Amino acid sequence: MTPLPLAPIVLTPLVVLALATVLTWVERRLLGLWQDRYGPNRVGPGGMFQAVADGIKLLFKQDWVPPFADRGVFVLAPAIGMMTVLLSFAVIPLAAGGIAGGLNVGLLFILAMMGLGVYAVVLAGWASDSKYALLGGMRAAAQMISYEVFMALSLLGVVMVAGSFSLRDIVAAQSGLWFIIPQGLGFVVFLLAGIAETHRLPFDLPEGENELGAGFHTEYSGMKFGMFFIAEYAGIVLVSALATTLYLGGGNGLLLPAPVWFALKTGVIVAFFILLRAGLPRPRYDQLMGLGWKVLLPLSLLNVLATGTVMMLRAS
Amino acid sequence: MYVLPLLSGGLTLVGAMMVVTCPVAVHAVLYLVVTLLSLAMVLAMLGAQFAAALEIIIYAGAIMVLFVFVIMMLNLGQPDRDREKEWLRPRAWIGPGLLAVVACGELLYGLPTLSDPDGAVFPIDARDVGLSLFGTYVLMVELASFLLLAGLVTAFHIGRTLRERP
Repeated sequence: MTPLPLAPIVLTPLVVLALATVLTWVERRLLGLWQDRYGPNRVGPGGMFQAVADGIKLLFKQDWVPPFADRGVFVLAPAIGMMTVLLSFAVIPLAAGGIAGGLNVGLLFILAMMGLGVYAVVLAGWASDSKYALLGGMRAAAQMISYEVFMALSLLGVVMVAGSFSLRDIVAAQSGLWFIIPQGLGFVVFLLAGIAETHRLPFDLPEGENELGAGFHTEYSGMKFGMFFIAEYAGIVLVSALATTLYLGGGNGLLLPAPVWFALKTGVIVAFFILLRAGLPRPRYDQLMGLGWKVLLPLSLLNVLATGTVMMLRAS
Repeated sequence: MYVLPLLSGGLTLVGAMMVVTCPVAVHAVLYLVVTLLSLAMVLAMLGAQFAAALEIIIYAGAIMVLFVFVIMMLNLGQPDRDREKEWLRPRAWIGPGLLAVVACGELLYGLPTLSDPDGAVFPIDARDVGLSLFGTYVLMVELASFLLLAGLVTAFHIGRTLRERP
């Protein structure tokens, strides 16, 4: 048995959590920039410590479980959300190799974790036992199950070209040409599905604060809400890191060392996520589902078909 | 060396028992998810990592979420819990339970006599699964897709919006 890589196992969650916390501040500053306003700029230089202040506030808030809620599931839900996201990072092949970057079903492992992540939102909605939360949970269930389909189908193209589910092999297969060029269609579908999976604006209908209060986490307060909040940002980092790994060549790049390239590419996609939030309004629920099943599903199937055809023609 | 598989197997058993005995439907589904996850661990330890990943994605990640979705739509409350408790009286389960204990005892007694599968564990990856699905068992796959298509057509027929007749 190989010894456990203890240092990455301890460091990865800490780094991801710190990143997610800083990202809350980065997002608000960028939103301010793009929407022509200030954003948080009082706490520390440029408002940098706003995230810390928010964290302290959340920690010292009363941790209240509604008396009508299903206590066990109510407490479990945020933990599931956090755990599934953090576990997914285990197979992301960062420059150091990650924890299990070479796992031969790495990509499927991430899809499995994303599939389990649905429970956090759905169970939070159910356990809260209030109407807004329940509606949010039901929306989340339908939305995330649907978009998982398109996400998996769009990734199929990459798997076909690379010939492996292992993320390390997929990165190695991109040493010549990044997969964003031959798999551009898959990349677009993947990004859209990624936004829906992390239920971010413009696809944040499970939360939809103007119509559902705050959706599935209406009844949550204190650090349990904080867990949902941080897990969402960690989810953004995850989808961006995954897009970097699968389509942008991972740590491959000229001159600079691999971790720097990885961080740069991931950062660009995270910024794009925030730009989408700043720029786009939220669609209606039927429009969201219509886009998924009527546009993205045929597109991703077409992508698989085209990739297969090209591969067969090349082979013959 | 058998600690991890035995632990996963034990989790599977306890989870399955809790699925049957839980009066709250969502809790039962959660225990079923635990059962599926530990079963996937057993599969992974036997070298079938692809099957393990598929089990989590499809069963735990999709089908069970749909179960929760349906339970949420039904809005079961206290009356349902009371009814479930009513059904779980010892009178109902003691007979089958005793028979199952006898069967389990027989299995445990016979277990040491089973031959050891000479320790060789073959990892089965996606390529092997794909080759046997679309090679040896292609007819089965096609028949299953017919079945799914029939289900799809039925769902579309039931779920269509009725047009007003002119």
